[in-house]
Amino acid sequence: MASSESRALGFHLSIAVLACVPGLILVSDMLYSRLGPDPGEVVTKSLGMAAFQLLLATLCLTPLRKLTGWPGWLRVRRMLGLFSFCYAALHVLAFFQFIIGWQDLWSSFTRRPYIIFGLIAFVIMVPLAATSSKAMMRRLGKRWKVLHRGVYIVAVSAWVHFLWQARSDVGEMLAYGFLLLFLLVARVIWSSAFKRRFVSGVQ
Amino acid sequence: MIIKKRPAWSLPHSQVTPESVFLNRRRFMTGALAATAALALPGYGAAGSLPVPGEMLKYKKMPDWSTDEGLTPYEDATSYNNFYEFGTDKGDPKRYASALKTAPWTVTVEGECSKGGEYALEDILKPHDYQERIYRLRCVEAWSMVVPWIGVPLADLLTQFEPTPRARYVYFETLFEPEQMRGQRSAFSTIDWPYREGLRMDEAMNELSFMAVGLYGKTLPNQNGGPMRLVVPWKYGFKSIKSIVKIRFQETRPKTTWELIAPSEYGFYANVNPEVDHPRWSQKRERRLPSGLFSVNWMDTQKFNGYGDQVAQLYRGMDLKRFF
Ligand code: HEM
Repeated sequence: MASSESRALGFHLSIAVLACVPGLILVSDMLYSRLGPDPGEVVTKSLGMAAFQLLLATLCLTPLRKLTGWPGWLRVRRMLGLFSFCYAALHVLAFFQFIIGWQDLWSSFTRRPYIIFGLIAFVIMVPLAATSSKAMMRRLGKRWKVLHRGVYIVAVSAWVHFLWQARSDVGEMLAYGFLLLFLLVARVIWSSAFKRRFVSGVQ
Repeated sequence: MIIKKRPAWSLPHSQVTPESVFLNRRRFMTGALAATAALALPGYGAAGSLPVPGEMLKYKKMPDWSTDEGLTPYEDATSYNNFYEFGTDKGDPKRYASALKTAPWTVTVEGECSKGGEYALEDILKPHDYQERIYRLRCVEAWSMVVPWIGVPLADLLTQFEPTPRARYVYFETLFEPEQMRGQRSAFSTIDWPYREGLRMDEAMNELSFMAVGLYGKTLPNQNGGPMRLVVPWKYGFKSIKSIVKIRFQETRPKTTWELIAPSEYGFYANVNPEVDHPRWSQKRERRLPSGLFSVNWMDTQKFNGYGDQVAQLYRGMDLKRFF
């Protein structure tokens, strides 16, 4: 009979494996030359997409916990956030290597609005990743929570970064936008301040 | 690489790598031995070559009008396309373009000309001999290809409709048929279909301007703009409108699709110009496809995509930073 410990471990591992899937697909496409004639662009895009999707997945965990009451969801939060950060870092590296070839750095980051939003998202992700450990959580205490609310800015900036790339069809961007909006609104509604103000009589 | 005067472009066709070698690229890259064998193959129809879909066309090679740069393999040129009528992903056109019915195909000719009307495609092509021209194709997204087009000079095609002196611009339209073109069914598209493009009359009459009906010796695959598309090699790829059903001669300058969506990003002229940056992409360099992952095939972008000798005089006295 599986103990709850080992079940939690199994859950942790399966989520980790799932988070690796986008990277594994890329590696296998690379090995089998399935990336097409402009592989650099495909790799850059796929990494950006993986970073963004995992970021949204990370933001789903708290609502999932509220809805299901199962605390296990929160145990994979740090890991998913770090996966998202890793994909984002590789995405930025891929951008330098494949899209601009390490040239025109300055104009890329000053003149192209969609890149600026990507940069904002990434720059904020760095301190969040750096302070994600348990030790840092303990050291920063209350301030940790405040700092890590920065993830909402990351998510919104990354979404704007994505939306701004739409050339003619915004369907996909809107779908992700609604998911993000739902995740943010859910947090506002569940926040204690909101409850105190609007539903105090009920609860 | 700078393209020099006409004779310098010339290249006997025998020096262009045969199609079978390109089609076998994957295979011949698997081993040095296989590569040697593939290179030794004597040309079209060689053993083991995949057939190119579409009908064979009869055409004359035009080495004077062709670059000698290595061709982008057929497979890449027909599987990596921007043709938003079928979706915004580069693979969508190949995936979905088979829904397009290219026969029968009617072209409406109207406006400032004396021979307007509705024509069956065959009828407007019949008077002309096909040529093959190998042109560079530069996309605004900073990648480029080299494609052997089959078709007729645009000037020859347009002259048969006898444009009047009032015709200062020529306008083109792509088919609008949401049943066949799934991208046109998208509720979230910002494109006001049909896709529209245009040229100044003197640009259209330039010897480089070409109306393609084929590539790699065969009829155009749908995803490349079959059955008939424009090719203006000194302009960014989006000017080269695909699957054309309407040609109109006008006195006033037409508004083009991308100009309508984002006038600050896409101009009417859209001449390839490394000195004018696009807000999304630097235009100084391009990735010539196929590109490697760890050895990106960078090339410096040339003004007018290297066709300055043929077209620069069209823009004499114009500020190309303003008229981008
Ligand atoms: C310095 C920071 C960043 C830069 C310079 C950057 C650059 C880019 C570029 C150039 C593209 C377009 C690729 C192409 O079409 O060839 C792109 C796409 C994308 N990026 Fe970023 N990015 C940055 C940070 C981020 C971050 C932090 C995220 C998410 C957490 C992200 C998510 C995405 C997504 C979702 C796409 C669209 C992928 C698609 O269209 O399928 N990016 N980025």
